[in-house]
Amino acid sequence: MFGNGTNGKNGKDKPNGAADGAIIALAGVRKVYDTGAVKVEALRKVDLAIKRNEFVAIVGPSGSGKSTLMNIIGCLDTATEGSYCLRGEEVAGMSIDRLADIRNRRIGFVFQNFNLLPQLTAYENVEMPLLFKGAPARERRERVETLLGEVGLADRMQHRPVELSGGQMQRVAIARALACEPDIILADEPTGNLDSAAGGDIIGKFEELWAKGHTLVLITHDAAIARRTRRVVRVQDGAVVSDEAVA
Amino acid sequence: MNWKNYLRQFLRDLRSQKLRAALTLFGLVWGTTAVTLLLAFGEGLQGRMIKNIRGLGENIVICWPSRTSKPWEGLPRNRKITVKDEDITALRREVPGMTAISGEYSAGNKKFKVGHKVIVPGLTGANPMFAAMRNLIPEQGGRYVDDLDMDERRRVVFLGDGLAHDLFGDAEAVGQYVNVNGMPFLVVGVMQAKEQDSSYQGRDKDRASIPATTFRAMYGQQEYGNFVFQVADAGEVGAAKDKVIATLAKLHRFDPTDAEAVRMWDVTENEKFMHTFMLGFRIFLGVMGVLTLVVGGIGVSNIMNVVVEERTKEIGVKMALGARQRMIVTQFVFETLLLTVIGGAVGFAISWAICAVFPAKFDEFVGTPAISLQVGALTAGLLGLIGFLAGYFPARSAARLNPVEALRL
Repeated sequence: MFGNGTNGKNGKDKPNGAADGAIIALAGVRKVYDTGAVKVEALRKVDLAIKRNEFVAIVGPSGSGKSTLMNIIGCLDTATEGSYCLRGEEVAGMSIDRLADIRNRRIGFVFQNFNLLPQLTAYENVEMPLLFKGAPARERRERVETLLGEVGLADRMQHRPVELSGGQMQRVAIARALACEPDIILADEPTGNLDSAAGGDIIGKFEELWAKGHTLVLITHDAAIARRTRRVVRVQDGAVVSDEAVA
Repeated sequence: MNWKNYLRQFLRDLRSQKLRAALTLFGLVWGTTAVTLLLAFGEGLQGRMIKNIRGLGENIVICWPSRTSKPWEGLPRNRKITVKDEDITALRREVPGMTAISGEYSAGNKKFKVGHKVIVPGLTGANPMFAAMRNLIPEQGGRYVDDLDMDERRRVVFLGDGLAHDLFGDAEAVGQYVNVNGMPFLVVGVMQAKEQDSSYQGRDKDRASIPATTFRAMYGQQEYGNFVFQVADAGEVGAAKDKVIATLAKLHRFDPTDAEAVRMWDVTENEKFMHTFMLGFRIFLGVMGVLTLVVGGIGVSNIMNVVVEERTKEIGVKMALGARQRMIVTQFVFETLLLTVIGGAVGFAISWAICAVFPAKFDEFVGTPAISLQVGALTAGLLGLIGFLAGYFPARSAARLNPVEALRL
């Protein structure tokens, strides 16, 4: 019911196939912010195709439009112009609820500032997407416990964000992103608020997910982190200026 | 998401927003309590006033045969109209809608003597229907004049509670004898204490009643001083009055338009006035209530509005995680409604408790406050509606933002 099953299968069959097998395909995407008097062109004609199980870093100076790009890929924002196909389906023109369902089941987000809800425990934060999905109680409990176990927080389930370290909070956020088993994990500066040890730990976590077959896209301005991915897309002034595989 | 999950979310939010929830609840509790109490006391006061006015009797008309003021069929004016037992019988037959009628003999010169105590109370001679019409309800163990008393012209007397106390003190009066102008009368009943704020020949508590037949036999009086009749419904009283006049006019040959021939006191007129007054009183209370509610409602909306603004970021996070618009809006509405139900219930309980412990001794002055479930529900409902609107619209506009905009806030 979500995405195009046939296309999804094609993607699996030929993971390194042509652009039509891409899980994320942007063509001529433009984003203009209209702030009344001034029109800011955040993205100018971006073409980008990301295949299943790629590990991509989007890099660029601040204000380059990389966050805008990420938000469009994540269906948090919509393009002013151009086409965005997610798993072969055109996103433009989808209903708000359809987009919500895509965010719920197809995409997992990890934010720089974690965006955990402070009033909820780690367990409740991870459970939230499952509630939105309408998963039954038993499934929710099993899933949340498994996920928090996998990120090494089995003993922190009933702790609230304020009682956790930055690294632990980001691990809760990763567990939350994985709750509904999305294909795609999007991370916007996931290590930006962490010290290098915790940051390295998080990137290690992402490498594990990549190894398990997830598609990962992360924004970073840390060259060291970019080097640990497999493909680096450089964005500047709202356009992709380079796109190369990591040696 | 089902309601259990909304409830779960609600409880989680409550945990983080204790002060906010407490303030909202306080507004709801205060509003509900104020309005329910206001109306409860209004209701009690109205009940008290109606009880007082009905002390004389409900839907009754008291009639005094008098003198004609217009000539009629060759008969001069200023003729005395007398009503006797046969007139009462005729009226009973002729007037539809009349549920009870009794002639009333009155005397104010009969000496009541018990031991050395002598009192000259008002004395009524009437038939058994008089008691029900005039709300002369016997205390337990006693009774009013009955048909057998009438038939056998028994010397029995029914005493007002004040009179019984004056004659017998705290001793039991029923079964004792009272000397009435030298003749012993058996006390068969004492009136239950009642509120009475209008009367025509003294309060019932200070009067005594004996069978009309006994009165007639002993004092040789044929004409009733007045008679009292009752209709089932206050709406029928006008037609019944007309028919009474018409019937008597025919029997006694006087002009049916002659208002002087039989003077009438229609107690439903008093009630009509009372109802007008109480309507005004209720409108006043209603306005006060609405004003209180508006103040409470503004409080609730204020809080809900702030809440949605404060929580736009939370809404953004939820949307990023795949919450549908409806879920976001439902969550806020659910919260408001649940707070309303709780606040309304608590406010209602407080009002109920206040009414429950309200001292009975004040009943005489302000009545007993009567709490109304409908008023409580209506109040809480109105507050809830205000809160709902206050929560719904900001939540809806927040849920309509792009998630990225909500997250940025």
